[in-house]
Amino acid sequence: MFKRIIKFSGKLLNRMFRKKISIKIGFYGPPNAGKTSIANKICKDWTGEEIGVVSRIPHETRHVQFKEKVEINFKGKTLTFKMVDTPGIATKIDYEDFLHYGVKKSEAKKRAKEATQGIIESIQWLDDMDAVVVVLDASENPYSQVNITIIGNLVARKIPILIVANKIDLRKADIKKIQAAFPEYKVVGISAKEGTNLDGFYAELFELAKRT
Amino acid sequence: MKTKDKKIRGLSLQVIPYSEVQTLSISERVKKILSLVLSNKIVLLHGRLRAEEEARLIEDTMALVDHIKNFKGIELAVIEPDLKDSSMLSKMKYGIAKRLVGDSSALTVIGPASIIKEIKRDPKKIELLLND
Repeated sequence: MFKRIIKFSGKLLNRMFRKKISIKIGFYGPPNAGKTSIANKICKDWTGEEIGVVSRIPHETRHVQFKEKVEINFKGKTLTFKMVDTPGIATKIDYEDFLHYGVKKSEAKKRAKEATQGIIESIQWLDDMDAVVVVLDASENPYSQVNITIIGNLVARKIPILIVANKIDLRKADIKKIQAAFPEYKVVGISAKEGTNLDGFYAELFELAKRT
Repeated sequence: MKTKDKKIRGLSLQVIPYSEVQTLSISERVKKILSLVLSNKIVLLHGRLRAEEEARLIEDTMALVDHIKNFKGIELAVIEPDLKDSSMLSKMKYGIAKRLVGDSSALTVIGPASIIKEIKRDPKKIELLLND
C-alpha cells in the first residue's frame, strides 16, 4: 500500500511538472519467449551493452536484471527508460526438464531452485513497473493461464500493457492467434533474433510510455 | 509383438463449491487449494480466483516446490462462458449475476504437475493431458 502511495505521488508530481526522468519498463512473460533477447537488442542498440545472457535452456534468467538510463531516440523524440528484464513466470519447475538440454543433475537441481525463486521475484516486482511489455512466443499457443494471469495482474494494478509477439521469423508463428486471444491490447510482431520490425516496436513503446 | 499396457491409475477430483471459498481470505483460499493439490487431488473450483490470487497461488506454489520433495508445481486453467457471440442482454445478465453472487459461472481446474502433464486450451475446448 505504501509503495502504491509513493508511486502514485511520483506519477502525480511528474505530470504536474511534465518532467519524466525515467520510465520503468518491465519485460514479462513465460520462459523462453525472448524477454532477454528483446531487452538485449534495445540495450545494445542504445547503450552498447547487453542486459543479460540468452540461452535455449528455459529459465536462463533467474534474477531480475535491469539497465538504468536507456535513452532511446525515435523519430526525433527522446525518452529515457529503465529496462527491467524479469525471469519467466511458470506454474511448475521440474529439474529433470533441464537434463534434456545436457545439463548435469546437480546443476539442473540448482537451476530449478533458482528458477522458483526467480518466479517469486518477478511477481513481487510487478508493483514497481510504470509499464510492461508482455513478451509471448508467436509460435506457441497464447491461451495459457500464465499469460492470462500476468495480464490480469497488470490490469488489476492499472499498469499499461504492450504485447509483443516475438519469434515471427519462425514458420509456426501466428500473430493473429495472439491478437485473437488478447483483442483488447495492442500486439506488435517482431523477431528480436533477426531484428525484424523493431521500428514498429519502438513506435508502440513510445505510445506505451505516453500512457504511464 | 510386445505391447506396453497403459494403466489408468486412480484419479481423485475434488469439487469445491464457490460458497465454500467465498468468505475466505486470499491466504486461506490459496492454502486450501494447495493442501488439496499436495494430496494429489485435481481441484475443480466453481468460480475463478482473482488475478492477484492467481499470482499468490503461483508464488506459494514456487515456495513449496523449493521445499517439498517431488512437488514440481501445478497446472492451472480457467474455463469461462464464451460470451463473444452472445446478445447484449445475455452479457448484461451475466455481468449483473457476477456482481451479485461473484464469478461462479467459471470453473477453475488446478492439479499437481506430477499428475497433469499439460492443460491445453483454446477458445473452444480444454484438454487435460495426464502424465504416464
